Amino acid sequence: MSTAYVNDDTRLSWGRVVRSHHLIAKPRFVDEIAPALADASVMGLRALPVGLGRSYGDSNLNPGGALIDLSKLDRIVAFDTQNGVLRADSGISLSDILRFSVPRGWFLPTTPGTRFVTLGGSIANDVHGKNHHAAGSVGCSIRRVGLVRSDRGALELASDIEPELFAATIGGLGLTGVIAWAEIQMVPIVSAYIEQEVLPFDDLDSFFDIAEASQNTFEHTVAWIDCTASGRHLGRGLFTRGNWAPEGGLDAHSDKLKLTMPVDGTPLAFNALSLRVLNTMIRTAQSFKAAESRVHYEPHLYPLDAIGAWNRLYGRAGFYQYQCIVPPDGRAAIAELLCAIADEGAGSVLGVLKSFGPKRSPGLLSFPMEGFTLAMDFCNAGARTHALFARLDAIVRAANGRLYAAKDGRMPASMFQTSYPEWARFAKQIDPLLTSAFWDRVSQ
Amino acid sequence: MSGSNRRVIVLGALSAMAEATCRMLAEEGAQLALLGRDAERLDTVARDLKTRGAAGVHVFARDLLDTSDTPSALQAAADSMGGANAVLIFYGVLGDQNRAETDLEEARRIIAVNFTSAAAWSLASADLLERSGGDGAVLVGVSSVAGDRGRRSNYVYGAAKGGLSILLQGIAHRFAAKPGGARAVTVKAGFVDTPMTAHLKKGPLWATPQQIAQVVRRAMDRGGPILYAPWIWRWIMLAIRLIPDAVFKRVNI
Repeated sequence: MSTAYVNDDTRLSWGRVVRSHHLIAKPRFVDEIAPALADASVMGLRALPVGLGRSYGDSNLNPGGALIDLSKLDRIVAFDTQNGVLRADSGISLSDILRFSVPRGWFLPTTPGTRFVTLGGSIANDVHGKNHHAAGSVGCSIRRVGLVRSDRGALELASDIEPELFAATIGGLGLTGVIAWAEIQMVPIVSAYIEQEVLPFDDLDSFFDIAEASQNTFEHTVAWIDCTASGRHLGRGLFTRGNWAPEGGLDAHSDKLKLTMPVDGTPLAFNALSLRVLNTMIRTAQSFKAAESRVHYEPHLYPLDAIGAWNRLYGRAGFYQYQCIVPPDGRAAIAELLCAIADEGAGSVLGVLKSFGPKRSPGLLSFPMEGFTLAMDFCNAGARTHALFARLDAIVRAANGRLYAAKDGRMPASMFQTSYPEWARFAKQIDPLLTSAFWDRVSQ
Repeated sequence: MSGSNRRVIVLGALSAMAEATCRMLAEEGAQLALLGRDAERLDTVARDLKTRGAAGVHVFARDLLDTSDTPSALQAAADSMGGANAVLIFYGVLGDQNRAETDLEEARRIIAVNFTSAAAWSLASADLLERSGGDGAVLVGVSSVAGDRGRRSNYVYGAAKGGLSILLQGIAHRFAAKPGGARAVTVKAGFVDTPMTAHLKKGPLWATPQQIAQVVRRAMDRGGPILYAPWIWRWIMLAIRLIPDAVFKRVNI
C-alpha cells in the first residue's frame, strides 16, 4: 500500500524562520517507506526524511519538495533485558524510549537537551549530551541501522557491514537514505535520580577550571552562560554537574506539559536591557538554590521540555541558534565570541557552554570533537543578526572550529566545506533522491 | 478490572487508535488477540506489544468485511487467550461523500465497512461476552459524532456510524437487563488525526489517537453507554442537534 502525500504549508523547523510548502507523507509501517520514495520520484520531487522537527534551521526542511515524516513509525522491535540492546523503529521518540526503559533499569547512552526527538533524528544528527566527555555522541552507541534507499531498497548497516555508508549515515542529516530502524546500546541505571550540584562562577577562567576538575568525576556537566556579562565578568554563569544517584527508584518521567506557550512572543523581550535583567534574575535565583540536591533526570537533563512550544517565545520572525565547537586550544576564541555577543547586546537567556571529550563517533559529518561548545539563541532581527553571525563565523574559523548543522540555518557553503573536511567523501553516499534546504545551501 | 486480567479481542488492530489502546493494555500486562487485514503488519504490531509487556499477543490476519464466520473466528481468538473478557471494535473507512452521491458502489462500501460488517461483529461479540465473558466483560465500539446528525459533508459515513451507535446502544440496553453481567460502550470520536483523515485540514478540535485510546481504556472499566471522545464533543453535538432546521440548512458543515 502506498502512502498518500498531503499538501502542507505549516511545517516549520524549531527556529520558525523559513515558511514554505511541502508534500508530506507519514508512514506508520516500514513497508510504506519504499512506496513513499517511489511516489516522490514519480512526482519529480526530491524527498527528505524528518522526525519531530527539533532541528533549528533548515536541515529538516525541503521547500517545494517532499518530506517523509517518520514520527508515526514508533514501534519497539526488541529489547534484550540482559544486555540492554534496544531495537526500535526510527520514529520512536527518546521520550517514549525512556518511558519504556527507565522502569526496566536502562537509560539512553546519551541524550540531547530535549527528549522530543526521534531515534532516527538523533542518529541523523549524531546528537550529544551533557555526558559527551564520558560517553561521546549517540553514534558511539549505535550498533545497527536499517536504511531504505530509493536506489538500493532496504539495507542493514553496521560498522562491519557497508562501513562507509554506516559512517555516512551517523550524523548524515537523513541524506543517505531513510533510517527505518536502529539498534542502540543502552546503559544500566540503578535509579532515575541525579545527584546534582550547581556552582556559580564569575568569569570564563573559572568555567574552564571547574570543567577540568569535573571531567573525570562527573558524568553530566554543562554551564549556563550570562551572555550580557562583559569585562571582568565575561563568561560568568552557573555550572551544573551531576552523577546518577545510587538509589531513589526507577520512575520514568511523565509527558504532561507544565506550561505551553500559546501564542507568539514579542521580540521586545529580547532587547539588550531586558536581556540583562532576565539573565541577572536567572543567575540570582539559581545561585540561591541549594548547591547540592537530588533531582529526577527530567529537570536535570530536560529543563526546557517542561514548557511546550517555547520556541514561540521569540516571536513570529523566529530565531536562530548559533552553536559552534572549537578545539581545546580555542579558549581565547570562546572569550572573543562572548565579547562579540555582549558587545552587540544580542543573545538570549539560553546560553550554554560545555566541554567535549576526545571520544569520536564513526560519523563522517559528526559535529562533536574534543574542545568547547558554545550555544546561544538569537532572535531573528534580519540583517543585523546575520552581520553578528558573520563576525562570530570569523572567530570560529580562525580557531579551526565548526558549526552544528542541526542548529544552523545560514552558514556559508565555504565555511561548511572547510570545517567538515569529509564532506566530499560523505556526498558520495547520498541517496540521489534525497536533499534538504541545508544541503542545497552548503554543498554548492 | 486491572489490565493484567484483561483478555482482549481487538477488531481492526492496525488502526492508529487501536494500536494506541493496545499499547496501554500491553503495559498493564493484558493478553491481546489482534484481528486485521495485513499479516506482516500485525506481526510488527504484535512484536512491539509483547516487548512493551503484553502477557500474550495472538494475531489473526483476515478481512473483517467477510462476516460469514464471525462466531467461530471470535471463538478462535478467545480460545487463543483461554477466553476473552473484552472486545474492542476500531475499524472504519471515511470514504468519499461526493463520490458516494453518484457512485453507489462507494456508498455501499462505506456502509458495508462501517455498519454491515461492524454490526455483525458487534452482535457476535455480544453473544461471546454474554456467554463466557464473566465479570467485567465489556464490548467497546468506536463510532463517530458524524452519526449524531445528518450533514451534507459526510452523511453516508454518518448514517453508517449512526446505525452502529444505535446497535451498540441496543446491546448495552440488552446487557443492562442482567446486572453484574457484560457492559457495552459506544465511544463517539470527534476529529482524530489518523491516516484515515490525513488529507483533511487540521484545527484546534482535532484529537490524537492517544487521546481517543485513553477514553476507550477508561470505557473498559466504567462509564457509558455513550462516551464522547474527547468529552467536549458531547456539548458540541448537543448544540449541533439543537440547531433548528431553518438555520441548519444554511450552515455548510
